[in-house]
Amino acid sequence: MSHHLVEAIDVYYAYPDGHHALQGISFRISHGESVAVVGANGAGKSTLLMLLLGLMFPARGEVRVGDALVTRKTLPLVRKAMGMVLQDPDDQLFMPTVFDDVAFGPRNAGLDEREVARHAESALQAVGISHLRGRAPFKLSGGEKRAASIATVLSMLPDILVMDEPTAGLDPRARRMVKDLLRGFSHTKIIASHDLELVWELCERTLVLTQGTVAADGPTRQVLGDAALMERCGLEVPYGLRACPQCGFTPATGRPTANA
Amino acid sequence: MNNTSLHDMRRLEDLARLDTFVHRRHPVVKLLTTLAFLGVVVSFGRYEIGPLLPLVFYPVVVLSAAEIPAVPLLKRVLWAAPLILGVGVLNPLLEHGQVLVGGLALSRGWLTFLSLSLKSLLTVTAALLLIATTGMENVAAALRSLGVPRLFVLQLLLTYRYISVLGEEVERTLKAYALRAPGQHGVQRAAWGSMVGQLLLRTVDRAERVYQAMCLRGFAGEYHGGAGARISATDLAYGLSWGLFFAIARVYDIPALLGALTLGGWM
Repeated sequence: MSHHLVEAIDVYYAYPDGHHALQGISFRISHGESVAVVGANGAGKSTLLMLLLGLMFPARGEVRVGDALVTRKTLPLVRKAMGMVLQDPDDQLFMPTVFDDVAFGPRNAGLDEREVARHAESALQAVGISHLRGRAPFKLSGGEKRAASIATVLSMLPDILVMDEPTAGLDPRARRMVKDLLRGFSHTKIIASHDLELVWELCERTLVLTQGTVAADGPTRQVLGDAALMERCGLEVPYGLRACPQCGFTPATGRPTANA
Repeated sequence: MNNTSLHDMRRLEDLARLDTFVHRRHPVVKLLTTLAFLGVVVSFGRYEIGPLLPLVFYPVVVLSAAEIPAVPLLKRVLWAAPLILGVGVLNPLLEHGQVLVGGLALSRGWLTFLSLSLKSLLTVTAALLLIATTGMENVAAALRSLGVPRLFVLQLLLTYRYISVLGEEVERTLKAYALRAPGQHGVQRAAWGSMVGQLLLRTVDRAERVYQAMCLRGFAGEYHGGAGARISATDLAYGLSWGLFFAIARVYDIPALLGALTLGGWM
């Protein structure tokens, strides 16, 4: 099975209160891609991520992970292939120690305790928090909590990492740490974020959602640089892509803009 | 609820991570010891206060050997006090008559109230000590290994977790209320209904997100605890020693025996 392929085909979803969150979303993500999902609040980003992982199911259309259609029956297969880091680390960390939290997935997979320890230690090392293994999650700082959340997913050895706002609520140093961490992963990555600087640095492809539809799907440089598109979708061109009004220099490209 | 009380709630989890002789004992042994203790305590009659007293030895020894600070534990015991008082306070009113204890005439109602309070104090302390020296996850794993049904154990574990989720939401809500109601002491009665409703909705929402996080990591209704270490000879000796002590305390009236011995010695 090709675990690394994620595909949404004409997906619709409406919440019980009648709000149409997704209205005909289609895309295909291939092995090794880093794809950002951006959009204003309420554009449908989190709903889309939940549909990808089978936390909800489309009203119409289908979601595929590898060769498997995401249904109740295929959930174990889908969730083995995809790991999701939730927006709020406090929702993700519920065990008494960081180690127990990171070991939760491998234990559910039925591994023996020695294997569980090996997976957990390796995930803790990957995010650089081995020293926090015995700490209570609620006592960690924001950046440490985020790293621990990522480790809880890495310990399950997923092929695809899905993240909902990985830098939300972090101070600049912790944000930098998370970015460096994510840059080091070779997984296929799907990142929903309002942090367009992060998107610019980590994702080569960007999907822009607006009112439950895909407004744009293309190279990040092109999509984020399209001021009209950004404006239409309730977003803004990141500062790094804006030309200095004085000298015309654009920090992200390191070049003066053509019309400066 | 302020930050301190939320911190207090999680103190038991912190204490469970200590590394002492008691903490190192096998969870199943500690669970069975606690159950035996509870069984012995509640088996005493409503007027038997004297024979109960030697059982105080158990929580005192465990508290000291496990290096558990007494104050936070007693605070938690006090959380159960309103319930005990609520149940027992009617005894002095409803139960008339007197009994002779050591030549002293005591009201039956007050005696049963005292007996109920002492039993509650001992049982609640023992249960809290079990959690503070073992951790709820290990207690759950021990229950499973003793064959307690999965659903019951899961319910217990999730309810325990829900307490901290509820605590966090209460803390946030009260903070938001206090910031917009300066000078007010507590929450106005008019706001109670909507506040409780909001709390319920928010905690259900939060609990659902935590449950989703569990499902995403392969949770399918069975809780898998940590390593199932074998029961060692020391664990067995620990359990059997306490078992022997509980049996002696149940069969013999130790204070009466000691009294007779002492008086006999003097006479």
